[in-house]
Amino acid sequence: MKAVLRLIPAAWLALLVAAPLVLVAIMALSWQAEGVPPYSPPWAGEGINPDNLRLLAEDPHYRDALAQSLVVAALTAGLCLLVATPMGIAIARAGRGRNALLGAVLLPFWTGFLIRIGAWIGLLRDEGWINSVLRALGWIDQPLPLLYSNGAMLLGMVHAYLPFAVLPVFAAATRLDPVLEQAAADLGATPGRAFLTITLPQLLPALAAAFLLVFIPAAGEYVIPELLGPADATLVGRVLFQEFFQNRDWPVASALAIALLALLLGPIILFQRLGRSA
Amino acid sequence: MTPRWLRVAMWAGLAFLWLPVALLVAYAFSADPVPFRWGGFSTRWFTALAANDRLLEAAWLSLRVAAGAATLAVLLGSATGWVLARHGPFAGRAVFGALAGAPLVLPEVVTGLSLLLLFVALEGATGWPEGRGALTVLLAHATLGTAYAAVVIQSRLASRDRDLEEAARDLGAGPATAFATVTLPLMAPSLAAAWLLAFTLSLDDVVLASFVSGPAGTTLPVALFSMLRLGMTPEVNALATLLLVAAGVTLAAVGWLLRPRE
Amino acid sequence: MTPRLSLTAVTRRFEGVTALDGVSLDVAAGEFLALLGGSGSGKSTLLRVIAGFETPDSGTVSLDGADLAGVPPHRRPVNMMFQSYALFPHMSVAANIGYGLRREGRPRAEIEARVAQAVATVRLEGMEKRRPDALSGGQRQRVALARALVKRPRLLLLDEPLGALDANLRERTGFELRAIQRESGAAFVMVTHDQAEALALADRVAVMDRGRLLQVAPPRELYERPATRFVATFLGAANILSGARTADGALHCHEAACTLRAPTPIPEGTAAAAIRPERIRIATTTGDNTAAGTVEEAAFRGESSLLLVRLAGGALIRVSHAEEGGAPPPRGTPVHLAWDADAVVPLAE
Repeated sequence: MKAVLRLIPAAWLALLVAAPLVLVAIMALSWQAEGVPPYSPPWAGEGINPDNLRLLAEDPHYRDALAQSLVVAALTAGLCLLVATPMGIAIARAGRGRNALLGAVLLPFWTGFLIRIGAWIGLLRDEGWINSVLRALGWIDQPLPLLYSNGAMLLGMVHAYLPFAVLPVFAAATRLDPVLEQAAADLGATPGRAFLTITLPQLLPALAAAFLLVFIPAAGEYVIPELLGPADATLVGRVLFQEFFQNRDWPVASALAIALLALLLGPIILFQRLGRSA
Repeated sequence: MTPRWLRVAMWAGLAFLWLPVALLVAYAFSADPVPFRWGGFSTRWFTALAANDRLLEAAWLSLRVAAGAATLAVLLGSATGWVLARHGPFAGRAVFGALAGAPLVLPEVVTGLSLLLLFVALEGATGWPEGRGALTVLLAHATLGTAYAAVVIQSRLASRDRDLEEAARDLGAGPATAFATVTLPLMAPSLAAAWLLAFTLSLDDVVLASFVSGPAGTTLPVALFSMLRLGMTPEVNALATLLLVAAGVTLAAVGWLLRPRE
Repeated sequence: MTPRLSLTAVTRRFEGVTALDGVSLDVAAGEFLALLGGSGSGKSTLLRVIAGFETPDSGTVSLDGADLAGVPPHRRPVNMMFQSYALFPHMSVAANIGYGLRREGRPRAEIEARVAQAVATVRLEGMEKRRPDALSGGQRQRVALARALVKRPRLLLLDEPLGALDANLRERTGFELRAIQRESGAAFVMVTHDQAEALALADRVAVMDRGRLLQVAPPRELYERPATRFVATFLGAANILSGARTADGALHCHEAACTLRAPTPIPEGTAAAAIRPERIRIATTTGDNTAAGTVEEAAFRGESSLLLVRLAGGALIRVSHAEEGGAPPPRGTPVHLAWDADAVVPLAE
């Protein structure tokens, strides 16, 4: 009975999680070919194809895409942390209004991120809300090129991922003992000192978790750079889409996926360690 | 004793989260065909939306896919969560746990690509699934949803409920009765939360659906994504407003159902 | 001489509840004062007012004659040992103890020397590098004490300092606390709900109830001459007999069927008196300050036995029967009880 109960989810996980990842690895070593599907596997006669992975290491187009993705993900996670840390702490200390405030942070998550990206498009377009307001105020003559910029992309990323960063900070802040800050004050620490020496250090694991919780998905983000970023923001998610859908180069797309996974392996393991200790 | 700057920062953060959305809703009622420009009050974009068959079809498909994926995710997530919380050590537990959590941490593009390769390979080997459409999207979303549901259910099961089950057994309930009368009612809120989470993830997904849906499987987010690619239209404002209202009403209803009883 | 700590008519209200109601109290330099009361008596609020975490609605708090109004907690030369100890979980024992000195901006060498000295005082040598969660309850208590003492406060506040320790440790730690207090020369104000702890440790005990100070006295005086019915009840064990004052200054107790007479006439308006169980003896006399009854229960207590005697009027009173007086009378024995006039303590309401 026990073994049967285990078998069902185990079979599901093997088929829909493990097997697909193995297929990606095989595909990364396959050859692009004419036909449907457009590839020829290593056992079809040509053997293992080492060129896809080598291409990623040697071609600056792919190398830069991977590097740029990590930079954008780190910037997004850092900015999220900057906004989320005071928010999480303040909400944890809000007393009776706590649940309502937490709900206000999480509700945008339930309403879907495409809608929020849409809102930013409407705000940032050349004929968008911000440009019309600035023009009505007489501050500008020509619309500012706000949309399709790195700034717009980061803004959208931070907006989309902020709730993920607030949650761990909030959860850790509710577990803080408020008496500790009083003890620090009693021992001569000013409120600012007490925050820096007592509150913040205790939140460090949660801050690290929040950073990674944003960093990991942001590194592979496709939709937001596509909708808000400049055309030359060649992040790995976008390059992967291009290779797969436009160039129909499944092996290179798979190699990119493998490379992205390899780069994220460290952060993922670190994140799971943090999750276990929390 | 919350320092003032903390509260100021909190309200600034909330304003950042909400102002764009608030403006989006406000301008859904503008008559002007340029989005985010005020042209007098009008509900014409809602009327236009109601006549947009393509979007309505996509929305209907999305709801069905999301409901199916969420249901499947809760069933499989319960089994997965149960195994992780209650089966103790067994051969392969580490691998089982890693696979159960993998979709949570894998970038969407990787999950999407890998599932597409699976469906292609399966079709090549067995002839099933025939092409790609609603079914493959549902399976992809169920895969993602299962991972989230398993976490929610596992954490609920891992908490102190075991004593309660044992108390029920001690009082004469058989394993099945104890499960049905004690475990299941206590888990009901987690099951509901897991279902809702999986449902929302499905309704919000662009990337997985882009990979595994064929032309016959255009979900609402995919349709919305291609509209946004071409820029904004006031119709998008109206659609977003409706989705917001739906999410708000659903959450309020769930909150009311799960309210703490005195 | 200016008292170390002086409270004048301190009042604090929370949403309609009066937590402190006109509390006035002086504590001398080098004195060990216990604030004794139940939960909700206001004792902890008073401690927090002195530390600066609460602001009184009216009244003044002054230290060595200087008014502390408006001085934030971190600028007060007063330190507190928190009930939960409030040790910083992310810092070692040494870092916890040195925290206050670092905030004063002391030179590193001085901090190290003073921390080492404080560690020695509380006998925690070898534990300096440990984190609080790797310490036992007694060790944590000592870290908290050292952390507060190392700042050489003029006044140390202790919130239930022994409350989290088990019974074995309490007695020993109590003696250590006394010794440390004598050596440091600081004034200690300790909050406790445990009357035995207050009586054992303090030079003076202040009994609080519902935000008011009922009686402030040295332990022996408090024990022997409780001023009010509440104080007598709170200190426990005393027999409290209610009655009506007679014209000649005695108290006639109907439920005990006896008349209580103190060495001096009982003040008017008094309706109760206390008699400690160890002051009552089994005798054969009759008249004032005697009563008749039947032994209902007898409990062996080591050096004495505790008898519950049902008096003719219906009241149940406790009698401590010394073992050297022979075996106590068994259950059901009719007995006569007698006590001296100076054992009768009139109680105000």
